[in-house]
Parts: sequence; structure tokens; C-alpha cells
Amino acid sequence: MNFAANEQVIQIFYLVASALFILALKWMSSPATAERGVRAGEIGMVLAIGGTLLNHGIVDYKWIAMAVVLGTVIGIPLGLVRMTAVPQRTALSHAFGALCVTLVGIADFYLRTPKVPRFTMAVLSLEVILGALTFTGSLMAAGKLQEILPQRPLTYTGQNVVNLSLLAVAIVLAAYLVVHPSATYLFPLMAGIALVFGVLLVIPIGGADMPTVISLLNSYAGLSAAAMGFVLDSKLLIIAGALDGSSGFILSVIMSKAMNRSFTNILFGAFGKVQVTATDGAQAKPVRSATAEEAAAILAAANTVVVVPGYGMAVAQAQHKVRELYDALTRRGVEVRFAIHPVAGRMPGHMNVLLAEANIPYDRLIEMEDINAEFPQTDVALVVGANDVTNPAARTDPASPIYGMPILDVDKARTVMVIKRSMSPGFAGIDNPLYYLEKTLMLFGDAKSFLNDIVHELTGGRSGVVASGRFASNGQSPRVAATDFERAKLEIGKVI
Amino acid sequence: MGSNLIDALFVFMLAAFIGFEVIRRVSPLLHTPLMSLTNALDAIAVTGAIIMVGEQKTTFSIVLGTLAVIAATSNVVGGFLITDRMLKMFKTSRPTKP
Repeated sequence: MNFAANEQVIQIFYLVASALFILALKWMSSPATAERGVRAGEIGMVLAIGGTLLNHGIVDYKWIAMAVVLGTVIGIPLGLVRMTAVPQRTALSHAFGALCVTLVGIADFYLRTPKVPRFTMAVLSLEVILGALTFTGSLMAAGKLQEILPQRPLTYTGQNVVNLSLLAVAIVLAAYLVVHPSATYLFPLMAGIALVFGVLLVIPIGGADMPTVISLLNSYAGLSAAAMGFVLDSKLLIIAGALDGSSGFILSVIMSKAMNRSFTNILFGAFGKVQVTATDGAQAKPVRSATAEEAAAILAAANTVVVVPGYGMAVAQAQHKVRELYDALTRRGVEVRFAIHPVAGRMPGHMNVLLAEANIPYDRLIEMEDINAEFPQTDVALVVGANDVTNPAARTDPASPIYGMPILDVDKARTVMVIKRSMSPGFAGIDNPLYYLEKTLMLFGDAKSFLNDIVHELTGGRSGVVASGRFASNGQSPRVAATDFERAKLEIGKVI
Repeated sequence: MGSNLIDALFVFMLAAFIGFEVIRRVSPLLHTPLMSLTNALDAIAVTGAIIMVGEQKTTFSIVLGTLAVIAATSNVVGGFLITDRMLKMFKTSRPTKP
């Protein structure tokens, strides 16, 4: 068989593919054009792979065909996972991408040694070190997200010293190999250390920091692919790797800004570790709780409701119940919007995807900067499974570990409702003063079943309190006036 | 080699700048599909693996290359598939233009 084509023809395939990749990312700027972006990426990928198969160096297609079929068989189920499983799927795909780069890098080294030009050896080492640490680091992240591994950070004394020393050793080995590329016995050692480093890097990182870590691993995966492009002198790979690397980097910056923390702090700070909550008798402070019936009555009487979803919503699989609540309230003329914190959930954009899956229109999903100005005019802020991103201590308490972190100003809404299992502190173990405000009602229970009860009340439940219009304005219109809302709150206040 | 290396560095520099400018404009709404899309695009590393397998230089390179093609292909297929699924879920409440 000879499909061999002129090298220039192949390069033109690659050129077009590179342009399509850039267009694909450009079209991701808005949901209206994003699907076109995916098409562009797919066409680019087909062109690039097609062009590669024409390479005159290829003497046999048997193994390639088998590997492509097997890869497709593995890839399809990974493309069909539930939306709640997207963070771990993403981490796993970073691992696969890095695995590909690492394996090619290792094989490449043994094909080229002992005569490896210095620059090639340097980028080859970079490729293998970055690839290997991204591979094991991403597997660890996926394990934590899938809850195979404990989500709590595992720390020990001297952890940072050990990690940094390991990385330093790997770099020293790489430097030695650049000078003496025939020292092949050092190569597996270098790769092995990078593999171990990847594990140790992610062990101390808690679940709440996953959005930043996934973004950072995404960036590393891209950079290792770009390094592979340097080794193989493939401009297409350099471009794709640079695009992926910068994408991951930008997302990491956005995520760490949204947590008011630096990269080094996330990688070496073990943020999520259990803190001895030295709050003076948190349990002693009174909280006000309400039943589903009371919550439904207040929601029904509101004009504007802002729902604040968090990771807890994903855990409870409550996004479809949130949608039912959205429907029930919208039908009554209540304006419902969603406040999305950049780090809500376990990866960038996690909440948007979950809510979109539940068929909530995306123009109802409002970013933090835009929604914060709206909270003072909001009748009810309903917090579903979010905690730290609503903690006013981030604004007011310089002693708080999250002081300075941008938060959703939920406490400025007229009434705050928080669906929560119990009063136990959130993931980061930080007490949330929001819960003790006079305007806050705690709705204790599982998010899914509590929302179900509220929806039940709103759509004519057993007691029929809400449906009968006890709090509605004389049954004239589903939209009630602000005064009625205040009245409803007063009545509920008595109930409590 | 020397000029190739410099060319490659220029390409990397320009692509990184384009990446920054293009990705800065991506709506935060789509950050999850963005990540799965860049992941699929990054799997272009499969081209290097394909050549390594096809050249059949050593058994070692064939085995490692084949594993690499499997890993990268699963990212290509899974990445595009899930990005497409996610984007189809994003609907607006505003009436779409006819």
C-alpha cells in the first residue's frame, strides 16, 4: 500500500487544521456560535489525522487502525457521561492526553539516543516531565472527584520540601541528560520521579480547589503537547499545545482570582484542610429555620428570586428539582435568576452546564459581577448547596481564611433561604455568619427532597396554603405586590 | 535545525498570544465546554503517535505508540462528543430568530 503524499500537501492540511482550531476557540465566545466552533474543530481534526496518514514514513497501518478503533470504543462512553460526572471525566481526559505525550516522548528518546541534540533533549525532558506529572496528577484529581480517593487534603510535615526536592532532582537529571544524552539509565528515573511528583502534587489539594487544579493540569497538558511539537518539529502540535496551554492558564488565573489566592498558595497551601474552628460557641448562636410550606409561601409572594447553586446541588443531583422550582415560580410571575460564582462546583463553568442540562435557559444564569448589584433589590436569595462563596466574612472579617475572596452578596437580599443538611461547616471548615442573620431562614434537609416539597406546595400541595392564595394579592393576579411580600414574611415570622 | 528551532519558537509565541486573546473572550458560561473542546484539540498529539506506530522502527516504539494512539483517540472522540452534547443543552429563553 502506498498512500504517501508530497510533504507540502500534508503541511497544507496541517495549516488549514491550525486555522480551524483557532476559529473553533474563537466561536466558543458565545453559545450562539459555539456549535459551529465544535464543527470547525472536528473538521480540523479529520484533516490533520487524514494528512498524517498520508505521511510517506508510515509503512504499516494495521496497528494504527486497531488503536484508533480501540480508542474510539473507550472514547464513546467517556463522551456520554452524566453532566455531574464532567469534572472527573475532564481530569481523566487530561490524564489520557498527557499519557499519549509521555509515551511518545519516552519512545522518541530511545529511538534517538545516544545522539540527541541538546535543544531536542531539553524539550524532550520537558515533554516527559510535564506529561508524566500531568498524567498521575490528573488521575489523582479524577480519583478525588469520583470520590474513590478522599477529597480532604492529605498533608504531612515537610510535604512541600519533599515535593520541591523531587521536582529539583527531576530537573537536575534532565539537565544532565541534555549534556550527556547517552546516560540512558537516568531517563526512566527522571520519568519515574515526575510520575511520583504528580501524585504528591495533588494529594494535599482539597475538593474546593479542584477548579484551579483542573485548569492548571489542563495548561500543563497543553504545554507538554507543545513541547512534543518542538521535538517532532510539528507546527500543528505546537499551535494546538499553545492554544490548550494558554486556555488552561487563563482559566487557572480566573479561578485563583475568584478565590483570592495565588497559584503557589493553592499548590502548597492545602487550603481545604480541616481547620480547628475557633469560633466562639458557634452552636450557641440562634438560627431560624422554616418548613417547605413556609418557604414556598415566601417564594410565592416574592417578585424576584435569585437562586445560588453550589457543589451541594450537584452532589444531591438537585438540578432538575431546581428546574421544577424555576418553572413553578416563573408560572406565578416571579422573576427567577441564577447567580453563578466562578468557582462554584468542581471545575470552571460546572454550574452552568448542570443548569443547562436541566433545561434552564442560559440567559437566566448571571455572573457574579453582574448579579451582585441586583441582590439589594432581590426579595429572596435561595442558596442551594453553596457555602463559602456566600460567606460575608470574606468581605468583613480580616481574620477569616477566605477574607478578600470575591463572594456573591447574598446577605444583601431582603430574605435569604439556605438549603442545608445541618449546621456543620462547609468544605473548608469555615463558619458562615450568613446563617445567623435575622433575615436568614435555614431549610434543613436534603436539597433534592426539600426542593421537591417546595415545588409540591407551589403547585397545589396537600395543605394548599400557597396554592389557595392565602398570601397572594386577592387572587387578581399571580404577580403580587411588594407589600404582600412583606405581609407574607411577617406571617411566616410568627410561624417561626 | 537552528532555523527550524527559531521558526518553531516564533510559531509558539504567536499561537500563545492568539490563544490568550481568543480565550479571554470566551463567555464564562461556556468554560466547561471550552475545556473539553481544548482537550479534544490537544489530542492532536495523536498525529505524532500515528507516525511513530506507522514507522515501525522498534517493537518498543510500536507498543508505546499504539498505547498513545489509543489514549489520544479516546480524547478526540470523547472530547468532541461531550462538547457537542453540552452545547446542545444551552438554550435561551428569548425567542430564536427565524
